[in-house]
Amino acid sequence: MENISFKLDGRTCTAEKGTNLIEAAKQNGIFIPTLCHFKHLNPLGSCRVCTVNLNGRPVAGCTISLQEGMDIEVNTTELLDTRKAILEMMFVEGNHFCPSCEKSGDCQMQNLGYETGIRFTRYPHLFVDRLVDARPERIVVNQNRCIKCKRCIEEVKTNDGFSVFSFTQRGNSTKVSVDYEQEAKLSEIEAERAMQICPTGSILVKGKTFSKPFGNRQFDLGPEGKQFSLDKIKKHKTTNKKKRIATTSLAGCFGCHMSMLDIDLGLLDLLEVVEFNKSPITDIKNFTEHCDIGLIEGGCCNTHNIEVLREFRKHCDILVSVGECAIWGGLPAIRNTVPLEECLREAYLESMTSEEGATIIPNHEDIPKILNKVYSNHEVVKIDYHIPGCPPNANHIWNVVKHILFEEEYSIAYPEFKYD
Amino acid sequence: MKRTRLLSRLWEFQNKYGYIPNNAISEIAQKLRVSKIEIEGVISFYHFFHRKPTGKYIIYLNNSIISEFNGFADIKAAFEKETGCTFNSYDNNPLFSLFETSCIGLSDQEPAALINFYPFTHLTPEKVKSIIEKLRNYEAIESIANNPTCKIQYTPTEEKTIFFRNYTIGNSLKKIKPNNQNKLLANIEKAKLEGRGGAFFSTAAKWNACKASKNTKKYIICNADEGEPGTFKDKALLNNYPGLVIEGMIIAAFITGSKNGFIYLRAEYKYLLKKLENTINEFTEKGFLGKNILGIDAFNFKIKIELGAGAYVCGAETALIESLEGFRGEPRIRKYFPTENGYLGHSTVVNNVETFAMASRIIELGPNFINTIGTKQSKGTKIISIAGDVAKPGIYEIEWGTSIQQLLHLSQATAPHYIQISGPSGECINNSEFHRKICEEDLICGGSIMVFNKFRSIIQILENFTKFFKIESCGACTPCRAGNQILHEKILKIKRGICTSKDLEEIKQWGKIMQYSSRCGLGQYAANTLMMAVDKFNDYFNLKVETCTDNCNVEFDMQNAVYDYDLIINTQANNLQ
Ligand SMILES: Cc1cc2nc3c(=O)[nH]c(=O)nc-3n(C[C@H](O)[C@H](O)[C@H](O)COP(=O)(O)O)c2cc1C
Ligand code: SF4
Ligand code: SF4
Repeated sequence: MENISFKLDGRTCTAEKGTNLIEAAKQNGIFIPTLCHFKHLNPLGSCRVCTVNLNGRPVAGCTISLQEGMDIEVNTTELLDTRKAILEMMFVEGNHFCPSCEKSGDCQMQNLGYETGIRFTRYPHLFVDRLVDARPERIVVNQNRCIKCKRCIEEVKTNDGFSVFSFTQRGNSTKVSVDYEQEAKLSEIEAERAMQICPTGSILVKGKTFSKPFGNRQFDLGPEGKQFSLDKIKKHKTTNKKKRIATTSLAGCFGCHMSMLDIDLGLLDLLEVVEFNKSPITDIKNFTEHCDIGLIEGGCCNTHNIEVLREFRKHCDILVSVGECAIWGGLPAIRNTVPLEECLREAYLESMTSEEGATIIPNHEDIPKILNKVYSNHEVVKIDYHIPGCPPNANHIWNVVKHILFEEEYSIAYPEFKYD
Repeated sequence: MKRTRLLSRLWEFQNKYGYIPNNAISEIAQKLRVSKIEIEGVISFYHFFHRKPTGKYIIYLNNSIISEFNGFADIKAAFEKETGCTFNSYDNNPLFSLFETSCIGLSDQEPAALINFYPFTHLTPEKVKSIIEKLRNYEAIESIANNPTCKIQYTPTEEKTIFFRNYTIGNSLKKIKPNNQNKLLANIEKAKLEGRGGAFFSTAAKWNACKASKNTKKYIICNADEGEPGTFKDKALLNNYPGLVIEGMIIAAFITGSKNGFIYLRAEYKYLLKKLENTINEFTEKGFLGKNILGIDAFNFKIKIELGAGAYVCGAETALIESLEGFRGEPRIRKYFPTENGYLGHSTVVNNVETFAMASRIIELGPNFINTIGTKQSKGTKIISIAGDVAKPGIYEIEWGTSIQQLLHLSQATAPHYIQISGPSGECINNSEFHRKICEEDLICGGSIMVFNKFRSIIQILENFTKFFKIESCGACTPCRAGNQILHEKILKIKRGICTSKDLEEIKQWGKIMQYSSRCGLGQYAANTLMMAVDKFNDYFNLKVETCTDNCNVEFDMQNAVYDYDLIINTQANNLQ
C-alpha cells in the first residue's frame, strides 16, 4: 500500500493512503474526539464532534480518507470550542441526569464532557419530554439520553440481516425507534453488544443494568481516594481579617454540604483562614457582613430560592454554583419535562402516598410558590464559577475555593471532574 | 419491488386510503426485505404521508411568514370553525383533516392552502366558509379550486428577455445536431451559466465532470423541489414553459451521455404533474425523447417524474438523491460529488429547473447574445419571485445588475423596511442597502425577494424562519437539529422582553457554531438571517433588549415563572367556591 504524507496541526505525518483520519491521527499520537465514528462503519458524520479543518475548510474528521498533501488542523482554539459547543448541545438537547444513569462513568459522551472541560453549558437546557421505551423484549431505549449518533441503526442487525433500529420523524422530533419484531430475534449477547456500542446510556439490557455494578467506569480511572492536601492553607494566615464564606442549599439535597464537611479535620485548618457567615454550617440565618464568596448548592425551584439567591448575589463578591443541581437543575429538574400541574397532582392528590380523598394542593401565602420549572442559578443571577459533580468531592470544592480566595493556580485533576 | 419505487408506492397507499395502514407497511417491508421500522422511518420523514386515517379532504394551510402577515390566524380559525376539526391532529372526521404546512409556492396569493393538492388562494374567512360548504355539497374539487398561475409582472425589453420570450418546441434541440458535445459544453461555459438553485456552482464544470466520468450509468435530475419559503420562480417556468426545462435536460443528457432523467417535483406542485406528463409525451411523439433522439444514433433518453412528499431538505441535492432511492431525505456526507457517486452510486447531474431552462436558451440563442446582457460576472437574466408588502407580487424576469431600489419601484413596494433575499436561508437587508445590485459582484439572489414594510414585526419574521428550520432539519446532525431548537428558545426569550444585549451576542456566537459544523447547507445557513438581522436592525433590537455590560444583572422573568402555579391555585380556589 502506498504511503502518503499529510499535515496534522502543522506537523508532517505519514499514513497509508486512504486511511481514515481519526485512525491515522491516533497512530500519530493525536486524539480526535468522536461519538458516532465506530470502527468499520461507513463514516456517519452525524455527531460532528470530530469537526476539523481540511485545507482551511471545516469538515467532519471521520469522513476524511487521507490523501497526499492534506493539511489538517485539529486543535485550534476555534475547533476546540466548537467541539465543546457541540457536546454542550447534546447535553441540553437530551435529558442527561448522570447521577441517575446506569452508564455514568462508562459513557463516552460524559467522558468527552470531562475531556473538553464542560462545567456548565452555554445554552439553556431544553427539557423536552422524551420516551423511555420498555416494550422491546430484551432492551430498554431511553430517548432522554440518545444523541442520535446512528451507531445502533447502522450496526445492530439480526442474523438474517434486518435492522433493529431506525430513525423516525425528523427535525427536532427525530428519534431512534425500535422494530419490536426484529429486536425479539436478538440474542442476549447481541443485545448486550447493542448496549455497548451506544456511546450513551440510551440502550440498556433489561435485568442487566443493576445485576452487578454496571460497566467498569472505564473513564474514571485515577488515583483512588487520593486526598488533595489542604494543609498548606495555613500559609495564608494573616493578621488581616479572615476571608468570609457564606453557603446555602436551595433546591438541593444537602449532599453538597455533606461533601463540604467531608474534609474532616481539614476543616480546622480551613477555619484558621476563613470564617463562615450565613450558612447551614453555622446556622447564621441572615447575612451579618458582606462576604468574599458564596457557595450555592441546588437550583431554584420556588420563589424563596430566588429571593435567597438574589440576597447572596447582593452580599457576596463571588458566587459559586456547587454541584449539578445548582449548575443546571440536576435531579430536581427531572420534573422539568412534566407540566407543573401534573407534578402537583401526582405529589399531593394521586400518588400512592397521598392522603385518601385529598382534593387540595396545599398553598398558603406563607408557602413559597413553585416555579414552572427548576432553573439553574445562572439563569437567575450572575454566577462566577461552577463546580460540577453530584456532589463534587470535598477536596475539589475546597481547592477551588482556596484558589479563588487566594488567587492560586489550581487545575482540576481528571478523576476529580465528575457529573455524578 | 425495487427500493427506488418506495415513495411512489407509499403515495399509492396514501392516495387510496388517506393514510398508510399497518398491513401496507408489512407488505412493503416484506417485499423489500427490510424491517418495518425502516419503512416507518421513511414515512414519518415526509409530512404528506400519514399513519392515521384522514378525512376525504386533506387541507394543508401554508404557515409561511407571508401567510402569517396576510391573515393566517383568521383563516386557520375559519377552517377549524367550518369543519369542526383541529389543525395538526387526527380527529377522525370522515370529511376533513387539517394540517399546517411550510411554504407551498403561492406567496403572491396568500393566504393559500392546498386541498387534496389543489390550490386555493387569496383565502378569506368567507371564502373558507363557501369552500367547505361546496365540498360538503359534493361539488367537484377541480371546479372550485383556483388557478395557480402566477402573474409575470415584468420582463426586460423584448430583445433582452431570455426566459419569457416566445418559445417554440425543439428550437434549442435543433442546435444539437450541428454541434458536438464539446462545442455545446463550451457554449454553456462561455455564457458562464451558474446553478440557479442557490449555490451558483458552474454548470459547465458539473456537466463536464459527469461527461468525464467512467461510470457505466449517468443520470440527469431536475430539482423541482423549490422549497425555500417565498420562492415560486421554478413553478412559473414549469407552468409556462415546461418544454424549455425539458429541452435543457435533453441537452445535458446529450452532453454527458446520460440515458435516464428524473424530475423530482415537490408534491405541493402536484397540480403541474399532468402538464409535465403531457409535455413529456409531446416530446416523445416528436422524437425529442426516447430512442435515437433527433435521429442521432444511440442518443436515447427518457424522463420520469417522481413526486416528493413534503420535506424541504429534499431540495438539497444529495438528500434528493436519497429520497429518489427510497430513503429518508438525509443529505449525504460531503465525501463525493454526485457527479462521482450519485443516484444508486452512478454519476449524476442535479440541476435546478431554471438552470435547465437557461441552458436551453443559451444553446438556442448562443452565448454571444446572452453575454450582451447582465453584468461582468452574471450573464443574462434571472427570474425572481417577489412577495410581501408590494402592490404587484409575482414573477419578475430581470437583467442581472438590477438594483433592489428598481425592483421595489417596479413592484410598488409600500414603506419597505426589511427585505429578505433568497428566502430564510439567504440574507436580510435594511434600507441602507437598497442601492445594491442583484448580481454575483454585489448581492446574489437565488430567486426570492420578500419585502416587509416598517410596520411588520421583525421578531415575528425571525421566529417564523427559525421554526421552519427547526421542523425541516433532517435531524441527522447535532448542530442543526439541536441548534435550531436552541435559537428558537432565544427568540421566544426576546419576545417575552427579557433579553439583554448578551443574548444578541450569543445568537451570533451560537449561529457561527452551526455554520461552522453543520453537515449540509440547511444547518450552515439556518442561522444566517438571524445573525445578520441582529446587526442590520440594531435600532429595532435596541428597543427590545437592555444593554449588558460585563457585570450586568441577569434578567429573570419571575412573572412567567410563577404563572402556572398561580393559575393552578386560583383555579382550585374557584372550584372550591
Ligand atoms: C437545504 C437545501 C435546500 C435546497 N433546496 C433546493 C431547491 O428547492 N431547489 C433547488 O434547485 N436547489 C435547492 N438546493 C440546492 C441544491 O442542493 C443544489 O445545489 C442544486 O439543486 C443544484 O442545481 P444548480 O446547480 O442548477 O443550482 C438546496 C440546498 C439545500 C442545502
Ligand atoms: S440509541 Fe445510542 S447508539 Fe443509537 S443513536 Fe442513540 S445514542 Fe446513538
Ligand atoms: S445540517 Fe440539518 S439538514 Fe443538514 S444534515 Fe445536519 S441535521 Fe440534516
